[in-house]
Amino acid sequence: MASSTMAGAHDHPRGLRRFLFSTNHKDIGTLYIILGSIGGVIGFLLSLGMRLELAYPGVQIFPGLAEALQGADPSMALDAGKNLYNVFITVHGVLMIFFMAMPILIGGFGNWFVPIMIGAPDMAFPRLNNISFWLLFASLVLAVISMFVEGAPGMKGFGGGWTFYPPLSSNTGSPGPAMDFVILALHLAGASSILGAINFITTIFNMRAPGMTLHKMPLFVWSMLVTAFLLLLVLPVLAGCVTMLLTDRNFGTMFYDPAGGGDPLLFQHLLWFFGHPEVYIVILPGFGIISQIVSTFSKKPVFGYLGMAYAMVSIGVLGSIVWAHHMYTVGMSLNAQRYFTLATMVIAVPTGIKIFSWIATMWGGSISFRAPMVWAIGFIFVFTMGGITGVVLANASADKQFHEGYYVVAHFHYTLSLGAVFALYAGFYYWFPKMTGYMYSETLAKANFWLLFIGVNIVFFPQHFLGLGGMPRRYIDYPDAYALWNLVSSSGMIFVTLSLIVWFYAIIEAFMKKRLAGANPWGVGATTLEWTLSSPPPFHQFQVLPRITGASR
Amino acid sequence: MFNVNRQMLTRGALAAAVAIPATLIAGFALAQVEGQPTPGGLGLPNMVTPVGLGTQQFYNMVLMPIISFIALFVLGLLVYVSYRFNEQRNPIPSKLTHNTPLEIVWTLIPVLILLLISVPSLRLLAEQVEVPEASVTIKVTGNQWYWSYKYPEDQGGGFGFDQMLKPESELQPGDLRLLSVDNEAVVPVNEVIAVHITSNDVIHAFGVPSFGVRMDAIPGRLNQTWFKIEKEGVYYGQCFFICGKDHAYMPIVIRAVSREKYNEWLAQAKQKFASADSRMRVAAESH
Repeated sequence: MASSTMAGAHDHPRGLRRFLFSTNHKDIGTLYIILGSIGGVIGFLLSLGMRLELAYPGVQIFPGLAEALQGADPSMALDAGKNLYNVFITVHGVLMIFFMAMPILIGGFGNWFVPIMIGAPDMAFPRLNNISFWLLFASLVLAVISMFVEGAPGMKGFGGGWTFYPPLSSNTGSPGPAMDFVILALHLAGASSILGAINFITTIFNMRAPGMTLHKMPLFVWSMLVTAFLLLLVLPVLAGCVTMLLTDRNFGTMFYDPAGGGDPLLFQHLLWFFGHPEVYIVILPGFGIISQIVSTFSKKPVFGYLGMAYAMVSIGVLGSIVWAHHMYTVGMSLNAQRYFTLATMVIAVPTGIKIFSWIATMWGGSISFRAPMVWAIGFIFVFTMGGITGVVLANASADKQFHEGYYVVAHFHYTLSLGAVFALYAGFYYWFPKMTGYMYSETLAKANFWLLFIGVNIVFFPQHFLGLGGMPRRYIDYPDAYALWNLVSSSGMIFVTLSLIVWFYAIIEAFMKKRLAGANPWGVGATTLEWTLSSPPPFHQFQVLPRITGASR
Repeated sequence: MFNVNRQMLTRGALAAAVAIPATLIAGFALAQVEGQPTPGGLGLPNMVTPVGLGTQQFYNMVLMPIISFIALFVLGLLVYVSYRFNEQRNPIPSKLTHNTPLEIVWTLIPVLILLLISVPSLRLLAEQVEVPEASVTIKVTGNQWYWSYKYPEDQGGGFGFDQMLKPESELQPGDLRLLSVDNEAVVPVNEVIAVHITSNDVIHAFGVPSFGVRMDAIPGRLNQTWFKIEKEGVYYGQCFFICGKDHAYMPIVIRAVSREKYNEWLAQAKQKFASADSRMRVAAESH
């Protein structure tokens, strides 16, 4: 084939063709970030609805919302409102995990920077990359539609929590098609992630530039490698798990129905075999991002690089064998509870190694407090807060007091809503100049940080008190004794909302002012390959593969 | 200088870790009414069972001090490195990237802390899970959206009843919104009560915070837990697993009374619920 036709086929497509049919890892990464932002904003609006409702005891806004959003009959509005609240908590969870955190961290930053950081021109399978994205888009559409079709008898949407436990998700609890929409959404999202994982593993194993050995890869690439293996291992289990639910619902099987010899606990074991590694799938890319940023702005290589890389590997392995700590109250045997308690606590060790290594990286460094670094330091603190309450909940004995209560809600929001989201923002502000070529306003980026930091801490810290006091989660209304801390918690949403507005404004401002960022806005600390390219990088980078000689972490 | 600073930080953090939670817990314990949530409460409720007291001790004496110390220690380190190693104060970064003894220390110390936690943890766990010989057994069944109780015949019972939320319009002074019910479940104080828990439809969870008890009610499965209430009183609980639209509206109320009063209640309840029970039985047989 003539080389001129090759060049023609790899020309720079424009407009719709560029994005709809994109096989370019950077364009697909951008699409993922946009999709994730949309998912995140919808997920945030749902949580705003919940916190508004919970600000005061009694049921205030959801009956009206049910009338407005789902066209509920005014005579049924109270029941429809209670159902809609449960739909909100369910869709909030699904969106934030599958359509905000995963797309931005893995599909977005992973697609953008894994090939560049290992010196590759693109991902290994560009068309697979395209279908991964559009499957996820279709999945998001299905998930949103599920809110507007019948679930529980006479009610719209599926409101059984993002864990979808049967019998509430089977025909007993939700005979309508809403749950089928959710199952198909999960199938598509799962397929999308499996294809993405295959793509990442192949890329990282086969497309590293000469000299880029595994032990020279930046830690962000390591984090994506571990994440991709986890995805590949556990998503097929989720697919099987929800497929059996689908056949239970539609084809008369009884995998989860005790009346036919099935067991609802089988679903819980399968779901958490996926679900626990899933929380590490969400946080590991964050660990990678934080390592890059802390090293860049301390102007020092990462402390204990090998320890950091293998800590992530061991977190991945350990994270896959502790799933039943989500099930301490189902009536497991004493020995099973002992095992899951001890195994879960062990995860604190590699996590501790990571926290201390980040601090040791800063130790002796010359730290410049640019916006990404401020987010990263914020991450280390809030993630530690989430981690230590995780040590509490690891104990089956203590968990009996906290299970399905607000202490748990506070714990996992400190690790995800604060941890993963802070890592996500850190990465966003770190790579925004690289991705767009423009520099944002440092003041706005820091205002965004402080508003969100203050906001989420006001929202989630008092929830520890609610949980200690015994407030169950997923409640639209609560006994009056819990009113004070619920009001405080809800008031934090003011800051969170403002932080989002500042974030949008920071993006718009950056595009309007067009301050050129240059190839490397961060200086000598930024040693990974993306900073050797122009900002934004050329449509196809590394026409000549870079040759890695020294340590390049 | 670096040594002094770290010592001061550690000492300050230790003092704060012990002092702050202790004051908070002590201050709010006074305002508590046993068995119900405390308005604005900051800590665990007052516990009235051996397992509950064990949980309270484990959390307040072991977990809470340890995690507070770790949080303050990490915060202290972050503040210190941010102050000491910012680019104005330390313009030339060191190239230090390895320190094997340090890495071994920060691996081993967490292991030791976890071992320290696991001893009381596993002891308490065995106490929760192993049900001692019980003098009263009750069967609790979750339904959308209420709890049913059965008292066995061979222990003087032989009746069952449903426990429904008292609607807001029927609340009497002293009742609690969303917590008070029509039929309280009565048990004798200072006796081991075994509870068998299952469900008729979807998964629910039986939880009473001041007992340290939380157990799922799963269809097709009979779970077992226990409590021994050491103080007479009324104890409130709620459903702890999402079960549909009225998940928040199926509270649990357990009243602990002396053995004599319990026997009196059994006799009355047998009559009161017998008619309802036989009606249920007739209905069931006619199906």
